[in-house]
Amino acid sequence: MSSKKLSRRQFVAATALSSAALISAPYIRTANAAGKLNIGFWDHWVPGANKASTELVNQWAEKEKVEVTIDYIPSQGSKNTLTIAAEAAAKSGHDILAMPTWWPHAHAEQLEPMNDVVEALIKQNGEVNGTVKYLGKAGDKWLAVPACVGSQIKGPCSRIDLMKQHAGIDVQAMYPAGAPPKADAWTTDAFLKAAEACQKGGVPFGIGLGETSDSVDTVGAFFLSFGAEVVDVKGNVVVKNDNVRQVLEFYKKLMAFLPSDAPAWDDGSNNRWLVSGKGALIMNPPSAWAVAKRDAPKIAEQCWTHGFPVGPKGRFAPFLPYFWGVWSFSKNKEAAKSVLMHLSQPAAVEKMVAASGGYDLPAFEKLTTLKTWAEEGPPKGTLYHYPNPHKHQLLSISASPAPPKIAQQIYTRATLTKMCVRFYQGEPMEKTLAWAEGELEGFMRS
Amino acid sequence: MADVAIERSSAAPPQTARKRSSLRTALKRKSTAAFLMTLPLILLISLLVIYPAFYSLHLATLNKSMQRFVGFGNFQFLFKRETFWLVVEQSCIFAITAVVFKALIGFIVANFVHNIPAKGQRKWRGMLLVPWVIPPAMSTLAWLWLFDPSYSAFNYLLAGVGVDRIPWTGETGWARFSVILVNIWFGAPFFMIMYLASLKSVPDQLYEAAAIDGANWWQRTWYVTLPMMRNIIAITTLFSLIVTFANFDIVRILTSGGPLDHTHIFATWAFRIGIEGSDIPLGASVSLFMFPILAIAAIFILRDINKRGNEA
Repeated sequence: MSSKKLSRRQFVAATALSSAALISAPYIRTANAAGKLNIGFWDHWVPGANKASTELVNQWAEKEKVEVTIDYIPSQGSKNTLTIAAEAAAKSGHDILAMPTWWPHAHAEQLEPMNDVVEALIKQNGEVNGTVKYLGKAGDKWLAVPACVGSQIKGPCSRIDLMKQHAGIDVQAMYPAGAPPKADAWTTDAFLKAAEACQKGGVPFGIGLGETSDSVDTVGAFFLSFGAEVVDVKGNVVVKNDNVRQVLEFYKKLMAFLPSDAPAWDDGSNNRWLVSGKGALIMNPPSAWAVAKRDAPKIAEQCWTHGFPVGPKGRFAPFLPYFWGVWSFSKNKEAAKSVLMHLSQPAAVEKMVAASGGYDLPAFEKLTTLKTWAEEGPPKGTLYHYPNPHKHQLLSISASPAPPKIAQQIYTRATLTKMCVRFYQGEPMEKTLAWAEGELEGFMRS
Repeated sequence: MADVAIERSSAAPPQTARKRSSLRTALKRKSTAAFLMTLPLILLISLLVIYPAFYSLHLATLNKSMQRFVGFGNFQFLFKRETFWLVVEQSCIFAITAVVFKALIGFIVANFVHNIPAKGQRKWRGMLLVPWVIPPAMSTLAWLWLFDPSYSAFNYLLAGVGVDRIPWTGETGWARFSVILVNIWFGAPFFMIMYLASLKSVPDQLYEAAAIDGANWWQRTWYVTLPMMRNIIAITTLFSLIVTFANFDIVRILTSGGPLDHTHIFATWAFRIGIEGSDIPLGASVSLFMFPILAIAAIFILRDINKRGNEA
């Protein structure tokens, strides 16, 4: 082995030369020059919808030179909520995770603030609705970015023919395609009359009173339309009030016209009710109609998605937004924000809405009039009013305006539905209210 | 080689030699070898069972946001909840009724199968085990359709004979009946196969002696079969009680705990509170209630088995 000693002068010269060579050499970015990103998206039930998200993410990844891994996590069996809980406890997992309704607030402390992303998107795409603010914002902090994928309104989907035949209501005239609704007469009283007429005609409204989301969302919208708060915005239990008494009376009348097994319904029951042709109306996003398009085309041709009836305190429809949250322990927050910005661009949103057959709903007001909803059919225009393009109803969520962490308990325990069922089954009003008060007080734990 | 080893050991100081030989003896002992072979499994179980158990104990002592120690606060809170006592009641009704019927049906069917000539017995055993072999989540889905309030095959048949439709999962009593029925359907074959194995080990001479003494079928069953099967019955019951108490999938798929929380058992209510309601400490507290109840049952049953073992 020979050894050669470098003098100080030679060392300096060599270092300078190699530095110059490095600087002047062409910079080659590798495939993952900007690091890695791990995304957990909601596994869409519409075939092909996941493909649109994957393409959009890959497009961005190629441009930004980020190595991306995507997992599609189903909500079936609460797999997605289990993943959220597990990652929050382990403080490790995906960088971005799709979170339904209540989960941004449930993990508010562990989410990276998204103010810069959401505020920029609001400037670009218009204001978001009140429910998105209620569920996605804590104080001044945007907890997560409102996601188009998975967000939905559960409004009435009526049978055009059966509503005309039995209730004398022309739902297409009431909610004309391409024009604002003419639904002033579509009140909770008119709704009751229509429910009674359809029940007498042998095609009852298919509204569940079980403990799953569809039942809870519907009852929540009716509670709000009667101004019936059970816990107020400050977190006080206020269930013993006249508006609640009024809505319970309304539900008691309504339940007499619903299928007798409605308290046992789950989220699939109403879909089957519509597709089997047994009923004149259900409360759902266009998923049941989409299934009917495939399995019972004659029924699908008679379906019309429209708005809720107006109650004494307004017209409310249940809106369930999805969010994309970035964990505070994410290792590539900047890349996460960048891809979420990319996924929220109008062109990307349009692509995702089209891929879902109009099911997915963007939260931003300038994006509620995309051509997919105008053109989808049969019948053409059936989804026109689905994204609430004329803002004729307030988008709401059951158990609001209670503070979200309390409202989540009311929602998941189906307290409102249980109140209706108890009262309908013969429990005295004050006993039902006292039971609810006890339950609600139990939800105040912090 | 052995000679060399003996030579070497004899050269060593007497105390070390004694230690080595006792180590060698210990290693040669069957129980030591068995222990060493099961050690990896023991370590694995420790990791997968004991750690989560202690972790859930820790979780149960935290507040809802998991940032503050509240001691027994969660348990005190639960004791004041009407729904909690409903869950305790339903868990007991569910587990005890299901286990009793599973044992009874298992015993009767095992006796029938035992009396089938050996040639055709295997076919029957295979068929009777089918409910137990199908994953419960899958078979419960089939039951869900059978119980469907609006379109069920059961109600269709009832309507065919002019009987009113039954709200299988929509009315409290029927919903409780439905979840127990599915659990029995799923678990009875396990009892059947265990009892069948036990029946086959009862010596024929005992029955012959009983027959000579003039014992009838009932007396043979009461004085010969049951005492001989006692340990198997106890162990199977304990095992099934634990599994039934901790059941999740049947209730979750069939009723999700409804209507009005009347079919919730510990596991499903813990899931509802902990995962769906984002209150993991309270969910952990609910699930921990299963432990003392099952521990007491296990102590009584195993003590009984042990006592009989010693008597023998």
